[in-house]
Amino acid sequence: MRLEYFQLIDRIVDLNLADRSISSEAVVPVENTIFEGHFPGFPLMPGVLLIEAMAQTSGWLVVAMNQFKRMPFLAQVKDAKFRTFVTPGQKLAVSAKLLHEGSGYAVTAAKITLAGKPVCDATLTLRVMDFPNAEVSEKMRETAARVGFPTEVAVNG
Amino acid sequence: MSSTYDTIANIIAETCDIPRDTIKPESHAINDLGIDSLDFLDIAFAIDKAFGIKLPLEQWTQEVNDGKATTDQYFVLKNLSARIDELVAAKGA
Repeated sequence: MRLEYFQLIDRIVDLNLADRSISSEAVVPVENTIFEGHFPGFPLMPGVLLIEAMAQTSGWLVVAMNQFKRMPFLAQVKDAKFRTFVTPGQKLAVSAKLLHEGSGYAVTAAKITLAGKPVCDATLTLRVMDFPNAEVSEKMRETAARVGFPTEVAVNG
Repeated sequence: MSSTYDTIANIIAETCDIPRDTIKPESHAINDLGIDSLDFLDIAFAIDKAFGIKLPLEQWTQEVNDGKATTDQYFVLKNLSARIDELVAAKGA
C-alpha cells in the first residue's frame, strides 16, 4: 500500500472470471503521515480508504471482464459497514464478487477481512466507460503488471 | 396500465423517494420526475433484476446523442415500459 500515490492494493491474489470474483492483498503501512492526524496517539486506517481498497479491487475485476477496453469509476457506495479497527502494519484480504453487469455500469459486493475476521463490507456501483485517453489506458496496464494482474487476461485485452 | 409500468413506477418511487401517486405513465423520468443519472443507475439495476434483462442505457444514450431518437422514446414511463416489454419478449424468443 502506498497511500501517497493512492495505491491501496499490493497484489491480486486470485482472479476468477468464471466465478466473476477477485481477491487481493493490501498491507497497511507501518508509518504514514495520515496516521499523524487519524488519530494523534491512536493510528487507525481511515474507513474511506478501506472503501477505496474495495473499490480498487472491484475495479480490477471490471477491468478484467472488459479486457482492458473500458475503465471503471466509483459511482456509489451502499451499506458500508466498518466492523473493527484497522491499524498500521496489518495485512488485509480484500475480495469482490460481481452482482450485476449492466449497460455502462457494474455492481459488486466487496469485503475486507483480517486473519479471516470481517473488517468491512459494502455494495459498490461502478460506472464503466471508455478510457479518457491512451495514457490512462497505458498506465492502467503498467499498474496491472505491478499488482500481478494475470497476464493472460491483460494480453487478451 | 400494464404490470410492467406498475413495477417500474414502484421501483422509481422507492429508489428516488418520489410519492407514488405523482408518477404517471406520461411522466418523463428526467424532465418531470427530476431523476439524475446516478439515481438512474439504481433504477436500471432494479429493472434489470426485476425483469431479468439488461437495459441498453448506453445504446439509448448514443441514439439520443446522435439525434436518432428522442429521450421521450426511452424515458417517458409508458414508453420505457413498452421498451422493457420488447426486451423481455426478445429474451424469451
